[in-house]
Amino acid sequence: MYGKKVKLRILFLSFVLITVILTIFLILKSLEEDVVYFISPTEIKSLTELNTNKKVRVGGMVKEGSIQTSTEQINFIITDFKNEINVSFDGAIPNLFAEGKGVVAEGFLRDHNFLNAKKILAKHDENYMPPEVKEALEGK
Amino acid sequence: MLSSYLGYYSLILGFIFSIWLLFYSFVSISNKNTSLKKNIVLILFLQLFTVVLSFLSLVYSFIISDFSNETVYNNSHTTKPLFYKISGTWGNHEGSMLLWLLVLTLFIFLFIFKTKNQPTKYKLLTLFFQQIIILGFFLFLLFTSSPFNFLFPTPNEGLGLNPILQDPALAIHPPILYLGYVGSSIIFSASLAALVQKNINANWANHIKKWIFIAWIFLTLGIMLGSIWAYYELGWGGFWFWDPVENVSLMPWLCLTALLHTIVVLEKRLILQSWTIILSIATFTFSMSGTFLVRSGILNSVHTFANDPERGIFILIFLFVLISLSLIIFFFYQTKELNEKKIFWLSKETAILINNWFMMYFLSVVLIGTTYPIFLEVITNEKISVGPPFYHKLFIPFLIPFLIFMAIGPKLQWIKQDYKKIKIQQFGFFIISFLIAYLIIEKTNAEYLFTTILIAAAFYLFFISIGEFLKKNCNFSQNISHFGFSLFILSVLFNSLFSSEFSANMKIGEELKYKNGLIKFNKIETFNEKNYKSIIANFDIVDRKDTITLNPEIRIYNQPNILTSEADIKSSFFSDKFLVINLLKGDNLFNVRYQNKPFMIWIWISILFLIFGGFTGFVKKYK
Repeated sequence: MYGKKVKLRILFLSFVLITVILTIFLILKSLEEDVVYFISPTEIKSLTELNTNKKVRVGGMVKEGSIQTSTEQINFIITDFKNEINVSFDGAIPNLFAEGKGVVAEGFLRDHNFLNAKKILAKHDENYMPPEVKEALEGK
Repeated sequence: MLSSYLGYYSLILGFIFSIWLLFYSFVSISNKNTSLKKNIVLILFLQLFTVVLSFLSLVYSFIISDFSNETVYNNSHTTKPLFYKISGTWGNHEGSMLLWLLVLTLFIFLFIFKTKNQPTKYKLLTLFFQQIIILGFFLFLLFTSSPFNFLFPTPNEGLGLNPILQDPALAIHPPILYLGYVGSSIIFSASLAALVQKNINANWANHIKKWIFIAWIFLTLGIMLGSIWAYYELGWGGFWFWDPVENVSLMPWLCLTALLHTIVVLEKRLILQSWTIILSIATFTFSMSGTFLVRSGILNSVHTFANDPERGIFILIFLFVLISLSLIIFFFYQTKELNEKKIFWLSKETAILINNWFMMYFLSVVLIGTTYPIFLEVITNEKISVGPPFYHKLFIPFLIPFLIFMAIGPKLQWIKQDYKKIKIQQFGFFIISFLIAYLIIEKTNAEYLFTTILIAAAFYLFFISIGEFLKKNCNFSQNISHFGFSLFILSVLFNSLFSSEFSANMKIGEELKYKNGLIKFNKIETFNEKNYKSIIANFDIVDRKDTITLNPEIRIYNQPNILTSEADIKSSFFSDKFLVINLLKGDNLFNVRYQNKPFMIWIWISILFLIFGGFTGFVKKYK
């Protein structure tokens, strides 16, 4: 038989192993629930099933002449020059939000043409474009 | 022109010194000589001198706006204020890498100069390992990112510094953060040296503890400065966004904090030697890989200066070499822990081990959350982002036991605590905390049970550490840091529970009602500053009785042509009033966001408490 010391050590190691496995399981499970997928307007058009409860990020250019503002809301169109999607938003916009500039909108899809945005992300300077937007515009 | 030559050649000279030091320290290690040769210290000083000279000549090029230097041309402009011309030196990739190198050489010089009562061989080994890192950075600078490239013909005007970097907090953020990052390099080198030298004992622990404190203090301060900047400059009103770039600074911090606790166990009980070494290696690895992730352009953010794959690959290879080297040394020299002491389940060392478990858990959450999107994109080409909900879900529940252990742990004795001696009044504290938490939560519509327990746990730590101050033999530095942490958690919780926000698009002269007040948009004024045009708006916020005036600003910089919003924040002990505006299409409509953020200032104050705790730990005389 093994000595007491060895037994204790095995017990301890298995305890550690179980904790580590549980931790990783927990983290991956939460990842599955909380990640936000990035899609382009073209990809939205080709989606067969729309999950209206899951947040998505849509990236592209703000279409020229599409921004409309009222007291409560801002409406605009995100385009990747192939397809477009309407966005409505009622929060604070970032500095560099403007027509003809890159933008990423995060929110819930209502249908294939409409996004209810909860957050608008902008780039930090005029030369920088989020890589997602760049690729969406180049059409992968 | 001249200063660029000077900078470049002194960099090359420093590189030669580095090779010499590497060679010479290696040879000296095998010598039986017991004293450190004078010429090693001299060459080390000369190396520091060349790097400082190189750095200063770059600063000089920035000050005189010498556009024949490519780095200056890319990142400066004649109309920029002097302060930002200087801070522009490290506001770009090349300059910031030179700063890394400067701090690296500074630390090893101070280390060799200041370290006494340690074997000469150990010092030489530390020098050897540190010079490997330094050599790597010299190569990196000279071959992939020299800050002294010439431009011909010389342009008349530079491209300017990104305006959102033109900010006092952000100007000093990189040097402070680097002192923390690079400070971990000396811990890394010293740990490897101690391992090879079989020198890991209480004396060594006591000596290296000082360096851990230094790195920890600067890292904490650096992260805080970045966070303060994000709070008022990015205009969201938050202080932590779980942005990948923030996460990469949090990872070494978590490691370093774990190390700070473990080193005390090593000093007092002479256990956990291997674990201490692993943590030292991990801290530096995370600092380096943070640099890699940010500089390579894999993580895109304001920190990404240039997307040059060559640089990323260089850092990646360098990182790989360093990690393999340290792992080989670790497995080759690792000895069985000599005195296998039993650890009793209820003692200070178990409490610190529990702290380490939590730190490693938090670390793995951040690590997976940050790197998973990168791997997923490489493998499946799917783009995802991992946001705050993920981190909140995995962090917050674990904070409850973490806080409770943090309160109880320091009260336990080393070796073995008799559990009959745990005093009854501590349970009294717990009941009081619970009652207070309940009374507070009752007033909100937050999730009852969970939030109550969380706040109770934070209050528990709060009261316990206050009680501890009254005792004669209290460990002041530990206690004030724990107190600061409880204050931090409390302010963050209250801040998120009681914050309110209102946003709308308004015209000049318009008045809007919100929850229990009125927002008046009075007027705007335009001014012309040296390098930007400024639009300052005037708002009145009428809240029950009192009226406050806020003047948020929009700046239109001329070079580069960028808009920034400067939030106007009125801070008081109880809350921050935060107002930020943005231009919308046409000139008459503004996007307005008003936030009331209670206890905001306490978040910064509590971090200062944490840092102060670290500082008192650093200056404390050890027996």
